[in-house]
Amino acid sequence: MNVVVCVKQIPDPAAPQSLDASYNLNRSGKLILDEADTYGVEMALQLVDKAGGGEVTVVSMGSAADLAGVRNALAMGAAKAIIVSDDALRGTDALGTAKVLAAAIRRVSPDLVLAATESSDGYTGTTPVQLAELLDMPSITFAKSVTVTGSTVAVERQTESGYDEVSAPLPAVVTVTAGVVEPRYASFKGIMAAKSKPVEILSVDDLALAGQVGPAGARQAITEVVVAEARQAGEKFVDDGDGADKIVAFLESIKVL
Amino acid sequence: MTLNALWVVVEPANGSLTTTSLELLSHARTLAPSVAAVTWGPGDHAAQAGEYGASTLYAIGDLAGALPGAPVAAALAALVAAGAPDAILIPNSYDGRDIAGRLSARLDRPVLTNVTGLLDEGGLVSEHPIFGGTQVVRAHFTGEGPGIVVVRAKSFAAEPSGGAPAAVTAAPVGALGATGTAMITATHIEERQGPKLEEAPVVVSGGRGLGESGEYALVEEAARLLNGAAGASRAIVDAGWVPYSHQVGQTGKTVKPTVYIACGISGATQHMVGMKGSKNIVAINKDPDAPIFQIADLGIVGDVHKVLPALIEALKSRAS
Ligand SMILES: Cc1cc2nc3c(=O)[nH]c(=O)nc-3n(C[C@H](O)[C@H](O)[C@H](O)COP(=O)(O)OP(=O)(O)OC[C@H]3O[C@@H](n4cnc5c(N)ncnc54)[C@H](O)[C@@H]3O)c2cc1C
Ligand SMILES: Nc1ncnc2c1ncn2[C@@H]1O[C@H](COP(=O)(O)O)[C@@H](O)[C@H]1O
Repeated sequence: MNVVVCVKQIPDPAAPQSLDASYNLNRSGKLILDEADTYGVEMALQLVDKAGGGEVTVVSMGSAADLAGVRNALAMGAAKAIIVSDDALRGTDALGTAKVLAAAIRRVSPDLVLAATESSDGYTGTTPVQLAELLDMPSITFAKSVTVTGSTVAVERQTESGYDEVSAPLPAVVTVTAGVVEPRYASFKGIMAAKSKPVEILSVDDLALAGQVGPAGARQAITEVVVAEARQAGEKFVDDGDGADKIVAFLESIKVL
Repeated sequence: MTLNALWVVVEPANGSLTTTSLELLSHARTLAPSVAAVTWGPGDHAAQAGEYGASTLYAIGDLAGALPGAPVAAALAALVAAGAPDAILIPNSYDGRDIAGRLSARLDRPVLTNVTGLLDEGGLVSEHPIFGGTQVVRAHFTGEGPGIVVVRAKSFAAEPSGGAPAAVTAAPVGALGATGTAMITATHIEERQGPKLEEAPVVVSGGRGLGESGEYALVEEAARLLNGAAGASRAIVDAGWVPYSHQVGQTGKTVKPTVYIACGISGATQHMVGMKGSKNIVAINKDPDAPIFQIADLGIVGDVHKVLPALIEALKSRAS
């Protein structure tokens, strides 16, 4: 079974973030593999292992100047990577991203495409479903477990009140939540092996998508960015055994008690 | 008003429309003279949709076990082909996001997600909080065709307008091919007591400062005594102490209770964006410099293992 995992390289979410002059997220610093995508990589490796054959391909759209994040996925065990990198891609929205990923993924014809429910930097959560529609595949989002039997994928899908069992015929797109599996750490051997694994770098022209990506393809524009009204801090007390009383008095003052 | 028509995807759950659906209908009718609702499933929601402002209800009907995303988007796309609104508003929910993604690709139109405000400024303008809600991005659609907007829960108040039942029009799905083959084969309900997290007037939330999984019982006990709901930071959801449905924040729920009590939660931006709209905030944290204190109306610098049990005792003695 061949599995594609969509992985995104993002600025470290723990570091301070900013927007550039054209309101794009500043990505000039170091990029890392989005932690949300490590679950998809691990899931894919386990599914291919269970199927007893096939390989995992990671597909990523973004800068090719720093491939540490993609190398990390290869070091975990993915066989190869396809990167779509092009200056024309700056300012591409979720639908444009899905068009790019779909064009790249069609070259591989996978049985299963995995992605995260949402990325840590953009968190639109729509890219994978847009991708599924463009690939003419069923999709199951919010998986907390994934099993493949023959040509069917079965998923436990999170719901508001618990979970549903959902299944679909392959090929399909599935998005996984954090915690679906425990991502492995790359071994030293894996890190060494990753250095010589194939990484194909494609341009927008290679995929014949000129005009459909970048700001022109996005068909949405940012008017302004305003500072939100800040909340004021109230009173702060060090607990001297009276902390609970202070809370009770506060709850009384706001008529909760 | 520069907007003529808005459609709202209204989600059925347990025989009624979800609260977020009603919030969107309520706000839509302040923005456009014509509001239509679009729903699916076997129930009859014409009265409720009308009460909250829809004049028309497009009913897709029973989906025969299919996951809603693909069929609902297909039905919407067919309706758009017959006459498009200015924009289609969709609740940010599991199925809502699926519908938005499918519809976007079908119509070749963009989606604006994580929207918490919608204004009419000579056209529809959406607001999105970024960087933990410290800044707000305003955006609008360009080009031909309807915009697709995915709105977070609790962005607007749900207020009935007293409208008559909506006129129901059937909306067929049409052929789906492979995209419509994801089927729900079983449903599991995890029992939860007390009010729902998003609707509770009091939310008591726990974080990593609780130290270990068993200590979450203190949070649940305090929530129960206050007739509230128990929430959590992502740290303890990822650690497996509590189910994801308890998570408050950017990747979890947005809550706006009368009072939010954060116990052993540091106040990361991704957590605060989900609770800073609370009317009152109380924080218990042993670190006097914890960021949560910057937005707390009442901050208690102390050990949650001392303050919370004392609070529980005080609440119990009041009750008796
Ligand atoms: C893309 C992305 C999305 C995210 N989405 C969310 C989200 O939706 N919701 C969310 O919550 N987080 C989210 N996070 C994670 C967030 O950044 C924080 O890591 C998380 O909120 C921290 O949880 P915490 O406050 O419980 O833990 P910590 O940050 O570890 O804080 C624990 C706190 O407990 C205090 N403490 C310790 N012991 C005691 C004691 N005995 N008594 C009192 N206080 C004590 C400490 O002083 C500390 O302040 C997201 C992160 C990313 C990158
Ligand atoms: N530029 C990208 N390259 C590869 N995968 C992506 C990209 N953008 C989004 N994805 C995938 O889609 C998921 C959801 O992204 P988003 O729609 O941004 O929340 C991500 O976690 C990835 O798995």
